[in-house]
Amino acid sequence: MNVLLDYLPEFRDGFLGTLAITASAALLALVLGVLIAGFRVSPVPPLRAFGTAWVTVLRNTPLTLLFLVAFFVVPQILFQGASPYVLATLALGFYTSSFVCEAVRSGITTVPLGQAEAARSLGMSFPQTLRLIVLPQATRTVIPPLSSIIIALTKNSAIAGAFGYGELFNVSKLLNDRGYPIAWIFLWTALAYLVITFAVSGLFRLLERRLGVAR
Amino acid sequence: MSEVPVAKNAGGPAPTGEPLVVLDNVNKHFGALHVLQDINLTIRRGEVVVVIGPSGSGKSTLCRTINRLETIDTGSIGIDGKPLPQEGRELARLRADVGMVFQSFNLFAHKTVLENVMLGQTKVRKTDKATAEKKARALLDRVGVGAQAEKYPAQLSGGQQQRVAIARALAMDPKVMLFDEPTSALDPEMINEVLEVMQQLARDGMTMVVVTHEMGFARSAANRVVFMADGKIIEEAEPNQFFNNPRSDRAKDFLSKILHH
Repeated sequence: MNVLLDYLPEFRDGFLGTLAITASAALLALVLGVLIAGFRVSPVPPLRAFGTAWVTVLRNTPLTLLFLVAFFVVPQILFQGASPYVLATLALGFYTSSFVCEAVRSGITTVPLGQAEAARSLGMSFPQTLRLIVLPQATRTVIPPLSSIIIALTKNSAIAGAFGYGELFNVSKLLNDRGYPIAWIFLWTALAYLVITFAVSGLFRLLERRLGVAR
Repeated sequence: MSEVPVAKNAGGPAPTGEPLVVLDNVNKHFGALHVLQDINLTIRRGEVVVVIGPSGSGKSTLCRTINRLETIDTGSIGIDGKPLPQEGRELARLRADVGMVFQSFNLFAHKTVLENVMLGQTKVRKTDKATAEKKARALLDRVGVGAQAEKYPAQLSGGQQQRVAIARALAMDPKVMLFDEPTSALDPEMINEVLEVMQQLARDGMTMVVVTHEMGFARSAANRVVFMADGKIIEEAEPNQFFNNPRSDRAKDFLSKILHH
């Protein structure tokens, strides 16, 4: 109990750090994931190949390895002097985008083919068909798996702590190093994570219900 | 369109307008299956061509090749003097001029009836919203579903949905309308309401290609009946001649099965 009260500012900063990295990486992952899913179903072969390569590489690489690349290779080439926050967002966002892409793609396949055919027969381009007709109808199916993916992202953000970015895991390690009882530290850290993941799943449940009545 | 005859109640003689859709020696395979074999077909402006034949004869595929929802292996298809372009902007522009009505309606499920009829106008033709809505409401009234404009497609009966689909296609001011078995997914009592709308269109001089099993419609609205079997056009004739006095054995066999049972 005392650990939390004595180090409230540290815990608060850690909580906000986790929140910040989760939010920015989730945003990046969602934008990239939808875009790459569009590539993967595109009629243009080079775009399709790019999408497939993106998913194959990022989904099959261990996240820690991606963090190593983001923190030690990327700054050598571009983003010189980028903050740990930016680098961690890149690593986590890119990694998660591959999972988002596959969830979105599975949603796209649940929309009957006739919908896209009708759109094309009206003279809509492929991007228009995807944006106006297919993706809005795919959204409902994609929400539940997306919820799981964003929760996984929240917990994965702990790896950023190991790379010196100030977030919850980083704080718990710091306090543990100072000799505080590990059980209490872990309890408070876990509760802080729960607050975020519950908020995420609540948000998605709300979205699901909203979209449920929209028909 | 001045030379287009208006009355074609009795399946009158084919209009003599210039060719609008020309299929020249078209071939297509689905794997080992040769679904379209050396198809030659010319559809003139203002003409109503009804394609009939047993299932699996390639008539739906034929219909779908005309706006390139199906690609062809060899041969050529031209619309209004221009060959069908490759997938892309050019093809999209051409598709906007070719209306298509599907067997399963394919109304956009997440849009209201009104939005369904407006979407092509605003997003493809770039018409402003007010004009598009006015036109959409007029078309919905014309096909008799004006009162359903604010509903979603799932709240409508099959017959109503198909009439909305026809209105959606008409909203693009198409040069030609393709109907791919428009009544095959409907309950019997709803078939007539859709056929009546199509009859009206035919009377108004719309160029139409209709794949159907409705022999009554073929008799009364068609200028020409095209009979297909096994991927080939077996016979082409005016409806009266085709139904009363078919030339080919294949057509005689088909007609005997569907007309006397």
